[in-house]
Amino acid sequence: MFGGDPLLTGQVDLTVVLIVLLKVVAVFVFLLVATMLMIWFERKVVSDFQNRVGPNTAGPFGILQTLADGIKFFFKEDLIPERAERRVFILAPLLTVVPAFLLFTIVPFGGDFSNGHDGSVELFGRTTYLQVADPAIGILFALAMSSIAVYGVMLAGWSSGSKYPLIGSVRASAQMVSYEAALGLSVCAVVLTTGTLSTHGIVMAQAGSGWGGFIPHWNLIATGFVPFVVFLLASQAELNRPPFDLVEAEQELVGSYHTEYSSIRFALFFVAEFMNSVTMAAIIVTLFLGGPAGPALLGPGWMWGIIWFFVKIVAFLFLFVWVRSTLPRVRYDQLMDLGWKVLIPLSLGWLLLLATFWVARDQQWNGFITIAIGAVVGLTGYGLLKAAIATSRARRLEGVVD
Amino acid sequence: MGYLGGFLVSLRQIGRKQRVTTQYPKEKAPKPIRVHGRHVLNRYEDGMEKCIGCELCAGVCPAKCIFVRGADNPIDEPVSPGERFGYIYEINYLRCIHCDLCVEACPTEAITESKMFEFSFTNRADAIYTKAELVVDDDGKPQKMPWEDWREGEDLPTSAWMRATSPSGSAAFEGVVGWSGELGYGIRAPEAAQDIKDSIATPLDMIDEQSHAHQDHAPGTQEHVSPGHTDNDDEGERGGDR
Repeated sequence: MFGGDPLLTGQVDLTVVLIVLLKVVAVFVFLLVATMLMIWFERKVVSDFQNRVGPNTAGPFGILQTLADGIKFFFKEDLIPERAERRVFILAPLLTVVPAFLLFTIVPFGGDFSNGHDGSVELFGRTTYLQVADPAIGILFALAMSSIAVYGVMLAGWSSGSKYPLIGSVRASAQMVSYEAALGLSVCAVVLTTGTLSTHGIVMAQAGSGWGGFIPHWNLIATGFVPFVVFLLASQAELNRPPFDLVEAEQELVGSYHTEYSSIRFALFFVAEFMNSVTMAAIIVTLFLGGPAGPALLGPGWMWGIIWFFVKIVAFLFLFVWVRSTLPRVRYDQLMDLGWKVLIPLSLGWLLLLATFWVARDQQWNGFITIAIGAVVGLTGYGLLKAAIATSRARRLEGVVD
Repeated sequence: MGYLGGFLVSLRQIGRKQRVTTQYPKEKAPKPIRVHGRHVLNRYEDGMEKCIGCELCAGVCPAKCIFVRGADNPIDEPVSPGERFGYIYEINYLRCIHCDLCVEACPTEAITESKMFEFSFTNRADAIYTKAELVVDDDGKPQKMPWEDWREGEDLPTSAWMRATSPSGSAAFEGVVGWSGELGYGIRAPEAAQDIKDSIATPLDMIDEQSHAHQDHAPGTQEHVSPGHTDNDDEGERGGDR
């Protein structure tokens, strides 16, 4: 049940419990602080992109702005609309924020992966992984949690007893459910390549000196870039971040599903959103860029795991902000087209190709013929899809189907 | 670069010193010359009040924030040159939207607006300005309440001349003096040519460099930049081959 963490395989005594507690508290604090800094980072970088100044009053460089906002949220009046479904209304923010916390438990945030080590570190005389849990279901847990977060969004909109939140939550759930498919299929490609669901196993498979000694053995390359690109796009849609933030299209929907929320309940949605950004960056790093794996340049190896992890995460967070400050919001039909007609067929086709290559390698098939057949099948599928879309569009224009 | 070219456009903005933000309480952006601020009640050069208590300002006020009651001038000590004067004059600044319709309605240029809009109150009584606060002092300057934030030189352009560039709203009257003198200033000179001010409305560093390079393709911008154009000149430029 607890998977491969060597801490839990032997006798479970007080030290083990304390170590687990310590890791839980550390991750909890890290997530809160990281979310706080992420909100500040995003506001500061976006304003830099837009020739503005951004928060600059609270603390040095305005770094305490989020703290000030949070304190303000606590002191604001907590309103529950008269027509709201009270219990669900109160439950919904928790359903959003709790999965956001749980999502990070499976992410390896450190560990000694240099020079063929297996990523375990010594803590108080015990050997353990630097992640809260390493369950056997591994990455499936992340998908499960992000699916539960959809309930939070949906119930929040529904229970508000108001029109715009309802429309927003319908949009949100439709968007998140459709992109979950593409997300899952590109995770499948990673699982297929590494042969394990465990996040620690996925990181281990990417550790080591790599091809030719310097190209890292990342899944980004091993799965052939396409799943990475699909995952990156789908993750932005899954996070409801621009350019896929139709859920919170202020011009159309006021504030969408959290329109009727105020005070700390609203803050919970807000925090969950940015926490999910941090977590999604961590998951991308884990799946495709080797997580904390990297060479130890000087000093102890366990330190470099954490350093590499942070460097990679910050790079992705910057990318997220960059995308946000560059691209305008897409239309809803464009969003659905991208999800269903591009990302899902692409990731599904790529998954089949990858599977074919792995089978071909195991069965010692002729590589050239395999590639040729794979290409022919792929192109045929692409042509069929194009034809199907063109036909349906023509029929729609004729008025055959509405 | 195709689809990804936009990312470079936004990335190039990073780290540039150019900022569109004004750090408001510390530094204050220059106000346009015709900004609508707190009202003043003007006086003639001999010290008489211009207000005749006609209540046109109160009638036109969309926010219903002006309360005026006129009264007959005392024979031995007249307040205004005419028959009547503004006996009560109150403006509630909790309601005023600074639309300046009162200024346009006023037949004697008695009420005009200063450029000062940074004032706040701690009680409702302070927010209702009466004649005691609104009428200009003996130098023709607006009275300054302790809660008002007057900047250097803002008490000067208070009066009708800034609105009266084109009396009756007709451009044909530009530069023609159609207003009475006032205490401390006499008859104010007409406002300088408007097309010059239009050209300085946009700070130079905000204008895109590329639009300078292709100015001959955009005659619309050219019209505003150079003063003294007549309509005929503009016609010639549009059809011209510059």
